[in-house]
Amino acid sequence: MLDLVAWLRAHPDLLLRTGGEHALLSGLSLLIAAGIGLPLGIALTRQPRLAGPVVALVNTLRTIPSLALLVIMLPLLGTGTAPSVVALVLYGLPAVLLNTMAGLGGVPSDIVDAARGQGLAPAQVLARVELPLAAPVILAGLRSAAVQIVAAATLAVFIGGGGFGELISAGMGLLDTPQLVAGALAVAAMAGAAELGFGWAERMATRRLGPTAP
Amino acid sequence: MIRLEGVGKHYPGAARPAVDGIDLLIEEGRTCALIGPSGCGKTTTLRMVNRLIEPSSGRIVVAGRDVTAADPVKLRRGIGYVIQGTGLFPHLSVAGNVATVPRLLGWDRARIAARVDAMLGLVGLDPALFRDRRPASLSGGQRQRVGVARALAADPPVLLMDEPFAAVDPLERGRLQREITEILRRLRKTVILVTHDLDEAIRMGDTVAVMRDGRLVQHDRPDQVLAAPADAFVAEFLGSDRALRRLTLLTAAAACRSGERPPEGAPEVPAEASLQVALSILLGSGAEALAVVDGGPRPVGTLSLAAIRALAAGLPDPSGAVARSPPLV
Amino acid sequence: MVWAIENGDVLLEATLQHLALVGQALAISLAIALPLGILAARRPRLHGVVMALAGALYTVPALALFALLVPLMGLGQGPALVAIVSYSLLVLTRNVAVALREVPADILDAADGMGFSRGRRLLRVELPLAAPVILAGIRLTAVLQISVATVAAFIGAGGLGDLIFQGITQDHGDKVVAGAVAASLLAVAADESLRRLETRLRLATGLAG
Ligand SMILES: Nc1ncnc2c1ncn2[C@@H]1O[C@H](COP(=O)(O)OP(=O)(O)O)[C@@H](O)[C@H]1O
Ligand SMILES: [Mg+2]
Repeated sequence: MLDLVAWLRAHPDLLLRTGGEHALLSGLSLLIAAGIGLPLGIALTRQPRLAGPVVALVNTLRTIPSLALLVIMLPLLGTGTAPSVVALVLYGLPAVLLNTMAGLGGVPSDIVDAARGQGLAPAQVLARVELPLAAPVILAGLRSAAVQIVAAATLAVFIGGGGFGELISAGMGLLDTPQLVAGALAVAAMAGAAELGFGWAERMATRRLGPTAP
Repeated sequence: MIRLEGVGKHYPGAARPAVDGIDLLIEEGRTCALIGPSGCGKTTTLRMVNRLIEPSSGRIVVAGRDVTAADPVKLRRGIGYVIQGTGLFPHLSVAGNVATVPRLLGWDRARIAARVDAMLGLVGLDPALFRDRRPASLSGGQRQRVGVARALAADPPVLLMDEPFAAVDPLERGRLQREITEILRRLRKTVILVTHDLDEAIRMGDTVAVMRDGRLVQHDRPDQVLAAPADAFVAEFLGSDRALRRLTLLTAAAACRSGERPPEGAPEVPAEASLQVALSILLGSGAEALAVVDGGPRPVGTLSLAAIRALAAGLPDPSGAVARSPPLV
Repeated sequence: MVWAIENGDVLLEATLQHLALVGQALAISLAIALPLGILAARRPRLHGVVMALAGALYTVPALALFALLVPLMGLGQGPALVAIVSYSLLVLTRNVAVALREVPADILDAADGMGFSRGRRLLRVELPLAAPVILAGIRLTAVLQISVATVAAFIGAGGLGDLIFQGITQDHGDKVVAGAVAASLLAVAADESLRRLETRLRLATGLAG
């Protein structure tokens, strides 16, 4: 315990640098995963014929071990931040995509019918009715994606992506227990923060929908 | 005015058309109750009017404009739409729901706020109490009232209702049917009301249109449909108690021989009571005739069992009691 | 590709080692999670604790948990096994408890009404009806364990992860890819076969749909 505090005091810049790398890696990957998963999910709920094969593909993607996904493109993409981001995007995509589809699919059809019947244009139905009602489920998807990406980003160190994994890897190599533990606790804290942050947003979105669904 | 000319709908892949060449004219300010067994094409017919479903054939004219030539989104903003589950937006307040179409039409805030309050008042909900509530916190009947307020908010000349009160408990349903009918008459809305409830059709419709297997089999005033079903199917659909049902449409005042003094000791019936109530009093008391009273010092006239029997049989009506609306085109 | 063909025996041995590790981990997890899950389904307090802990533990990255266990237990296959089990145990327990709680109350009522004892009701009614959902939990756990077992090579578990880490340090891309592809195929195969079993079970219990 004392060792840990001492190590943290001695290496504030290392902690800051790896933390920054980890946050950048995770944040960028989540952003891209959302940027692909949200529109793709919306498009697929409108094209049910394509949805089946894509969902099957994404379900397979979801079973691939995180370490395997990170290193499998090593000969193709090499090492560094870019290949790490590619792998992490693929890792977070299923949760965003599937929850977007589930959320939109769960909007009661009579509410959509009423919205169209009042004269909302298709884009207005999506923006004013479907997305707000699907928001809790979509946010839950973003939450899982965020937690999974932060966790998997720890492994990015093995393909030169940096992040907190560096502390764990170095701690292990140097048999430096305080560094090992500091890295582990730092990742756990970041994953927990992602969980709590998105969990909060999810509750806010649910509360907006009123006390109970009608 | 709503006019359907040879309107049909054939869903892709279906063996036969869901709606098969319907001609229907609903005069301005009238309510047409579209009735028939489940699956006969009522909802499909209704949803073609605001083009939530595209007709496969025929023409639909609403307020003088051919619907099939209009932009469907703009069209719907001018047609009220009420459905069974209300389809209220759960994430918006009552006011937000009612304001839907006015907002789409770009009204300014003050006008919208005033309109929302007026609409809530119209459907019997105190704006101060209900404006900011969420749909989830309302009873079924209150939700349906908000649904009607939302549909009427931009003052559309035409209203489409698909089994609007089916999910409401019976007591509240009766109250809603009376109040909403009164509102629609007063505002002179032209209405198509889809229902599978015969009592609702009779109570709310100026005319009743009976459908079977995608075709229109009869369209007439409720009392005419009850008195003279077009065929065996309509007769069976109306039920063997249709003569009794018909009596609910007629008042004691309209059927009595006015001025004639009732027999000594005849039971009394209020002038505005239905003939069904009058018949019930007659049967219960064993009398042959009733004194029709209206609160004045003397009875208005006499209502005999024979007169009711003659009306129920659909015989030529001596007193002209059945003359609520002009003949249909 | 070339490496995999030339070193088929190494790849096979690593795969078998991986399977053995996951098989043991799954067996131990089941032996603990089944009774614990049954108990948690009956005790609301315990259920709450299991749900909360499983949720919290799930957010801890596998590598972080393994790293935290190293100072306590050291390296090697034994510690790796403990690490894998502790990572997935609560998730499985939660699935068992949830599966049992989803059995419709009116069916339990009917069973009680016919005079089932508690033990008989569990064996004859609750577990058979919950079986498909429990199996779904086992499937998720197996896939998760195949994944974390790959990472566990970092603390000396051996298996396919070992090929990956060796390949990385030796700068041997083919070896890395061989390990990664094999681990992926293993996970996909486990997922698919358990999914089929689940469908069969659903049909057998009349819960198809
Ligand atoms: N979207 C659709 N696609 C195919 N068939 C439909 C669709 N909607 C309704 N139908 C069919 O058309 C017929 C009429 O349906 P509907 O208009 O809903 O009847 P009603 O409202 O009188 O119960 C039914 O046989 C129904 O199964
Ligand atoms: Mg219908």
